[in-house]
Amino acid sequence: MSDTFKGKGASRRAFLRGSVAAVAGAAAAGSARAATPDPLITEVQDWASGFGAPVDDAPYGLPIRFESDVVRRNVPWLTADTISSINFTPIHALDGTITPQGCAFERHHSGAIELKKEDYRLMINGLVDTPLVFTYEDLERFPRENHVYFCECAANSGMEWAGAQLNGAQFTHGMIHNMEYSGIPLRTLLEEAGLGAAGDLSDKWVYVEGADASSNGRSIPMEKALDDVLVAFKANGEALRMEHGYPVRLVVPGWEGNMWLKWLRRIEVMDGPVEAREETSKYTDLLADGVARKWTWVMDAKSIITAPSPQMPINHGPGALVITGLAWSGHGRITRVDVSKDGGKTWETARLARESETKALTRFYLDTEWDGSEMLLQSRAIDETGYVQPTKAQLREIRGLNSIYHNNAIQTWHVDSNGEAENVEVS
Amino acid sequence: MSKYLNLSAAALILSGLTAPALADGFGLGREALPEEVAAWDVAVRPDGTGLPEGSGDVWTGEEVFTDYCAACHGDFAEGVDNWPQLAGGRNTLTDDRPVKTVGSYWPYLSTVWDYVNRSMPFGAAQTLSADEVYAITAYILYSNDIVGDDFVLSHENFLDVEMPNADGFIVDDRPETEYPLFSTEPCMENCKESVEITMRASILDVTPDEGNEDAAQDEAQDEAAAAPAADETTTAALDAALVAEGENVFRQCRACHQVGDGAKNRVGPMLNGIVGAPVGAVDGFNYSKAMAEAGQNGMVWTEDELKLFLANPREHMKGTKMSFAGLRKDDDLAAMVEYLKSFPAE
Ligand code: HEC
Ligand code: HEC
Repeated sequence: MSDTFKGKGASRRAFLRGSVAAVAGAAAAGSARAATPDPLITEVQDWASGFGAPVDDAPYGLPIRFESDVVRRNVPWLTADTISSINFTPIHALDGTITPQGCAFERHHSGAIELKKEDYRLMINGLVDTPLVFTYEDLERFPRENHVYFCECAANSGMEWAGAQLNGAQFTHGMIHNMEYSGIPLRTLLEEAGLGAAGDLSDKWVYVEGADASSNGRSIPMEKALDDVLVAFKANGEALRMEHGYPVRLVVPGWEGNMWLKWLRRIEVMDGPVEAREETSKYTDLLADGVARKWTWVMDAKSIITAPSPQMPINHGPGALVITGLAWSGHGRITRVDVSKDGGKTWETARLARESETKALTRFYLDTEWDGSEMLLQSRAIDETGYVQPTKAQLREIRGLNSIYHNNAIQTWHVDSNGEAENVEVS
Repeated sequence: MSKYLNLSAAALILSGLTAPALADGFGLGREALPEEVAAWDVAVRPDGTGLPEGSGDVWTGEEVFTDYCAACHGDFAEGVDNWPQLAGGRNTLTDDRPVKTVGSYWPYLSTVWDYVNRSMPFGAAQTLSADEVYAITAYILYSNDIVGDDFVLSHENFLDVEMPNADGFIVDDRPETEYPLFSTEPCMENCKESVEITMRASILDVTPDEGNEDAAQDEAQDEAAAAPAADETTTAALDAALVAEGENVFRQCRACHQVGDGAKNRVGPMLNGIVGAPVGAVDGFNYSKAMAEAGQNGMVWTEDELKLFLANPREHMKGTKMSFAGLRKDDDLAAMVEYLKSFPAE
């Protein structure tokens, strides 16, 4: 079981074997002595003598093969097929905060489409002074901005409402990614079409839809549309990947991922919401009394320990240990993350790797000593509004067990004395 | 409407958003033509805005539904396998396992019309006429016991239909019910007396493991390897590049069809050995009358026949239940047939 998520590559296994040897000497820490000289050091290795790969070996490179287990994975039983489905970012194996596009989770409702820039059109219509059509080239001529934002599916951790289900941070919390976007404020485009015709903007909405067969229409209140929504065409410096909406997607900072329309093709200014399928049948949160909340757009503060975690056991034995994870809030910046090793009895404040950016992932570290005893690891995020990430019990008390979406509860990993971790719930 | 809008009105005044838009803008883009707006602006709203003229009755709806929808959603909209259930589930919203359907959960009928019109059938969206969408919507209402079997739905009586769960929704109230509770100073020490593990993920054991993935990958590799292997068993050598292209095109079919080792019937029949095979003859698959009869009349899937069918399934074979819009490009058709040829009968 502990091997489940380990690399298939022989080298990764060799690495693990090596680490077992290291454990033996760990108690003596820095003063450890090797019994025999390490041949990796004393013998001239192939790579230190012959050639490596030439330039142009891979005009667009992929990660080295030893990292081939750091990939998106799906949970086949969740959906009927992979055309309308979701997979999960390998957050357990990443560090820092930026998610490479190639392993950032995907969610499509009708498959990822191939749409050329030449074939791309964006229409703005409805309550505007002049309905407009833009080509991709037109979009490149508007002033643009760069921002880093997280995108979290409203259903992230949704399988965990009723109890601990999936064994791995990738599966419990991997419907999230964090990228640097280059794009145009939606406000600029709306103003280009002219909002005079809309009159009083306080009760107006924009309706956005994609070019794929699902179209996935969503209604967004005008206040948000004019605030920080971006019409983006680059992510992490390069063109959006097909699966992230090439050539143009919407970025709706801090709000649920379903609203981040991919293959964006139309924006309509309206005097009310459409109440489309994705904002009635789906993405509404059923409460215990049978009534459902709608328009639950904001993703509340949340955090997760990415390592150690079920896919990232402690292989090195007692001694120095880095506990790390991610925290985020749709309401703004993360101001603090606390970590507990005893299931929430006592908490220590973790170190934020950098000053947190608004509505973006924040990396935290707790640099600690492990004595080799069991741990019940938890993390708890606090954002700039003073909101403290709740426990599952607190959420259940208010919402019951059937709301599927917006589970931002504290997660617990049980780490046993072998360093292996499991998804558990605690009292 | 809601406290949300009050809030936003206040915010707008603060940030001066009520001011008119920029004077001149950047002069980019061009004016959208009315025909263009009409083609894309098909959203239908709760008050009926956007509904085209038209009508459809329950019985027509049943026929259309059986042909284009039942393969996934079941003859009575009850859902097949993991595909969505569209009917039933009334009074289950407080159960342990609530069943959320058009009848039990959806607050607006406009959403049904809008979604079916633009997104279904899955794999062939935007191929239904307005009258067909009215008829299907009427049938879904009937399946949910909301209307009788003589009901005719039209743009004129659309707003008269009462949806059972119309009052089942409230606007996000987290700012009142949750945020104050969760915004107190967090405890750092002696936060609870004892901690017990109350549940473990390993008990359920539903986490996919890499072992399975390996198997799936192996299968995929076998599938890829099958292409050159097939060269030896078939008389005409296959064009490997074309096969590879075909594999890409086959992504449009995969929601419904399987090919290769261990392929099974799903929404559509498995397709091993289909090129040259009689039409409608895969064991255990429940064909439409049209396709079954074509087979009984001796029709065979020659390459040409396949191309004609795949270019426009419903035009070429009236009454087929394959709801797929068709492959428009000749290149794709050629690649598709080549790809299918690479999977001989087992
Ligand atoms: C090939 C299988 C397939 C066929 C055929 C199909 N559907 Fe669907 N249908 C789906 C899938 C998959 C979804 C969910 C899509 C998603 O979540 O993105 C869906 C969703 C729906 C929904 C929304 C369900 C919900 O609870 O939100 C309705 C309504 C619907 N389909 C109606 C129809 C109608 C009407 C037809 C025929 C005209 C049809 N479907 C044909 C697969 C199919
Ligand atoms: C939405 C589901 C769906 C999609 C997508 C789909 N099919 Fe089908 N297909 C079916 C169904 C259902 C049938 C059976 C039709 C009938 O009984 O009328 C069928 C029948 C067929 C047949 C005839 C099989 C036989 O046994 O005679 C062929 C060939 C075929 N499909 C090929 C394709 C190819 C190639 C694609 C992709 C380009 C495709 N289909 C896409 C559902 C689908």
